[in-house]
Amino acid sequence: MAAHAKNHDYHLVSPSPWPIIGSISVFVMAAGAVLWFHDIMPPWLLLAGTVGVLYTMYGWWSDVIKEGKAGDHTPVVQMHHRYGMILFITSEVMFFVAWFWAYFDAFFNHDAPEQYARIEAMGASWPPIGVELFNPWHLPLFNTLILLTSGTAVTWAHHALLHRDKRGLVWGLAITIALGVLFTFVQALEYSEAAFSFSGNIYGASFFMATGFHGFHVLVGTIFLIVCLIRAQRDEFTPKNHLGFEFAAWYWHFVDVVWLFLFASIYVWGSWGVTLTAH
Amino acid sequence: MADTHALEAHDGHGHAAAHDHGHPTGWRRYVYSTNHKDIGVMYLMFSIVAGVIGALLSGVMRLELMEPGIQIFHGLAGMVYGIDGDAALDAGKQMYNVFTTAHALVMVFFVVMPATMGGFANYFAPLMIGAPDTAFPRINNIAFWLLPFAFALLLMSLFFEGAPGVTGFGGGWTAYPPLSTAGHPGPAMDFAIFSLHIAGLSSILGSINLITTIFNMRAPGMTLHKMPLFPWSVLVTAFLLLLSLPVLAGAITMLLTDRNFGTTFFAPDGGGDPILYQHLFWFFGHPEVYIMILPGFGMVSHIISTFSRKPIFGYIAMVYAMVAIGGVGFIVWAHHMYTVGMSLDVQRYFVAATMVIAVPTGVKIFSWIATMWGGSISFRTPMLWAIGFIFLFTVGGVTGVVLANAGADRALHDTYYVVAHFHYVLSLGAVFSMFAAWYYWYPKMFGIMYNEKLANAHFWITFVGVNLIFFPQHFLGLAGMPRRYIDYPDAFALWNMVSSVGYYITFVGLVLFLYLLVEAAIKKRPTTANPWGDGATTLEWTLSSPPPFHQFETLPRIDAKSDH
Repeated sequence: MAAHAKNHDYHLVSPSPWPIIGSISVFVMAAGAVLWFHDIMPPWLLLAGTVGVLYTMYGWWSDVIKEGKAGDHTPVVQMHHRYGMILFITSEVMFFVAWFWAYFDAFFNHDAPEQYARIEAMGASWPPIGVELFNPWHLPLFNTLILLTSGTAVTWAHHALLHRDKRGLVWGLAITIALGVLFTFVQALEYSEAAFSFSGNIYGASFFMATGFHGFHVLVGTIFLIVCLIRAQRDEFTPKNHLGFEFAAWYWHFVDVVWLFLFASIYVWGSWGVTLTAH
Repeated sequence: MADTHALEAHDGHGHAAAHDHGHPTGWRRYVYSTNHKDIGVMYLMFSIVAGVIGALLSGVMRLELMEPGIQIFHGLAGMVYGIDGDAALDAGKQMYNVFTTAHALVMVFFVVMPATMGGFANYFAPLMIGAPDTAFPRINNIAFWLLPFAFALLLMSLFFEGAPGVTGFGGGWTAYPPLSTAGHPGPAMDFAIFSLHIAGLSSILGSINLITTIFNMRAPGMTLHKMPLFPWSVLVTAFLLLLSLPVLAGAITMLLTDRNFGTTFFAPDGGGDPILYQHLFWFFGHPEVYIMILPGFGMVSHIISTFSRKPIFGYIAMVYAMVAIGGVGFIVWAHHMYTVGMSLDVQRYFVAATMVIAVPTGVKIFSWIATMWGGSISFRTPMLWAIGFIFLFTVGGVTGVVLANAGADRALHDTYYVVAHFHYVLSLGAVFSMFAAWYYWYPKMFGIMYNEKLANAHFWITFVGVNLIFFPQHFLGLAGMPRRYIDYPDAFALWNMVSSVGYYITFVGLVLFLYLLVEAAIKKRPTTANPWGDGATTLEWTLSSPPPFHQFETLPRIDAKSDH
C-alpha cells in the first residue's frame, strides 16, 4: 500500500477474499444448524460452517495485524478502529437488553392478573413454583469478585504496557486470563448444580440464556486476551500502538459490567426475600 | 497527483488483483471488493433483483384477490403438492399466507434496506462528505455479501415444511408466537429466523462502517452543521439500526430456542409471555420503519433543492427533525399493539408519544414545500418522483396520525386501512424516494443518461398504478376487511378489483423500468459531471461521471462560507 499515490492518511484497504469466504461459511453454518435441529442430517454441515467462520476470523484479523505492522494504521485510522469497537460494544449492549427484558417481563409480571395462563402454570409467585434459586452470596458472589479482580489485573497489564514493563504486561494478562478461565469453570460448576432446568419454565429459560450468552462472551473475551498475551510476548505492542490490547480490555470490561447487572438483577434482586435452602 | 493515479487505475492491469493495491479486474473486482462505489452498485443490483421477486409475490396475491372466491392458490397448491379438492384448498390458503410473509420480508430486508442504506448510502455518503472511501472497506464488503446468503436462506424456507404438510412460513413478517413456534414446527421458520439473523448482522456491520465514516472522514472544514442532509439521514438511520437490530436478534433467538430446545419465553404454559415477543419485535420494528424512510428524506431533500435551484429551506431544522424522528421512534413501539390488552395508561402514553412524531415530520414536509416555493423548478424525472414522494408520504403520514389513536385503532387494527397506511409511507414513500435517487444519481453512477421520456412515463404509470392499488384499500379497511386473508365477502369486490387493476398498471411500470435500464445501457447517451446545473451543489457533482475508482486522493476543503 505504501506505493499508493494518495495525499491523505486514510487506509484504502486492498481487495480481500475474507468477506465472501466468511459469508459462505455463515450460510453453511446456519443451514447446517437448521438441518441438524430437525434431524435431517448430522451436524457435519454446522461444524464445517463453524470451522469456516473461525478460519475467516483468523485470516481476516491476521491481515489487520499485518496492515498495522505495515504502517497503514495512521492516527486517523486508529480513531476509526476506536469508533468501530465502541459501536460494536454498543450493539452488544442492546443484544443483552433483549435478555434482561425477557427476565424482567417474567419477574415483574409474575402475578399480573391478565397473565392467567402463566399464573396457572407457575403460581402467582416469584420464583415460579418448583424453582429453587441460587444463593447469590455463594458461588455468584465469588464469581463477581473473580471478574472484578480480573478487571484490575487487565488494568495493571495496561499500565505495565504504557511503562514498557513487559514482565508486568505478560503477568497482568496471564492473571486476567487465568481468572477468566476460573470464572468459566465456576459458572460451569454452578450450572451443574442448578435446581431448575433450561426447558419448561421461564425462570430457567431467562436465567440460562442471559447468563449463558454472558458466559459465551467471557469465552470470546478470554480468547481475545490470549491472543494479546501471545502478541505481548512477541513484543508487538508499543506504548503508542496497542489497539488490539485496548480493545480486548474494553471488551473485558464490557463483559464485567454485564455480569454486574446480571448479578444485581437476577441473582440478588431476583432472590430478595426468598428463603433459600441449598447452596 | 490525483489525476495521475486515476489514469493508472483505469489502464487495467490484468493481474492487478494479485497485487495488494490498484484497480482489480474481472470477478475479483466485485467479489473481493473494498471499494464503496462498487459495493454500492452491487447492493443496488441485488435490490433490483429482490424487488422483482417481491413484486411478483404480491402480483400473485393481487391476482387472487381480484375477485371473491379462491381462484389461483387452489390450483397452485394442487400443482405444487400434487393434491386436489379440499386438501388443495387448505394448502392454498396457507400458501397465500406464505406469499404475504415472503413479500414483506423480501421488500423490507432485501429491497428497501439494501437500496437505501446499502446502495445509495454506500455510494454517495462518502462522496458527499468528501471522503476517499468508507472507514472499513472490508466490513463494507461482508455487509453486502451476507445479504445474498441471507436471501438464499429466506428463499430456501419457502421450500421446506413449515406448518405440518405444507411448505414455507405463513405467520406474517412479524412472526408472532405461537404461530411462529407451535404453529410452524417444520424447518421453514428456522431458515427464516437465521435469514433475519444474518441480514441483521449485515446491517449492524454496515451501520458501524457508515457511522464511523460520517463521524471521522468528513472533508477538512465540513463540520456536522455543514454536512449535507443525505449523510445526516444515513447517520441517524445507522444509529437506529445499530440500537434496534440486536434486540430483534435477541427476540428471534428466543423463538429459536422455544422452537428447538424447549425454552418457554413465549409459552404461557411454561410461564412465558407471547406479548413479550411483540414488545421485543416492535422495539425493533418501529425504528425499522423509520430506517426505511429516513434515507429517503435525505435523498428527496437534495433532489427538491437541486431542481428548485434553491438551498434547502431550514437546513438546521431539517437535521434536527431527523434526529428527533429517530429518537422518538424508539419510544412509540407499542402503538402496534393497542389490541393486546395493555393498560389504558400505557395506551394513552403511546398515543401521545406517537402523535409527537407528526411535529418533526411536518417540519420536513413544510420545509420541502418552502424549498420549492419561489424556486426555479424544472420537472425532470427525479423531481417528479420526489414530488410524488412528498404527496404519497403525506397521505401515509396522515393516516398514521389516525391510526395513532388507540380508540380508532380498535376498529382499524389488522384491517386493510393499516395495509394502505404502511404501503403509502413505505412502498410508495420509500420506493418513490429510491426511484427519485436512482434517476438523480444514475448519470453520476454510470456515466450515461437514461431516456427522459421513458423515465417520465415510468413515473406517471407507477404513480397512477400505486394510487389505484392502495387508495381503495383505505375504503376496504374502513369497511372492515381484515388483512392476511385469501378471500372476502362479495361486498368488498369492487375496490379489490380496482386495487388489482392498479397492480397490473404498476407492473407495466416495472417492466418499463427494466426496459429503460437495457435501453440506456445500449444507447450509452453521454453525460457530464453535472447534468443538473447550478442547483446541484454537493460534492459528488464536482467529480467526473462516473467518479474515478478512488476519488478525493487530495481531500477537498470546505471553506467557512460555503453552503451545505
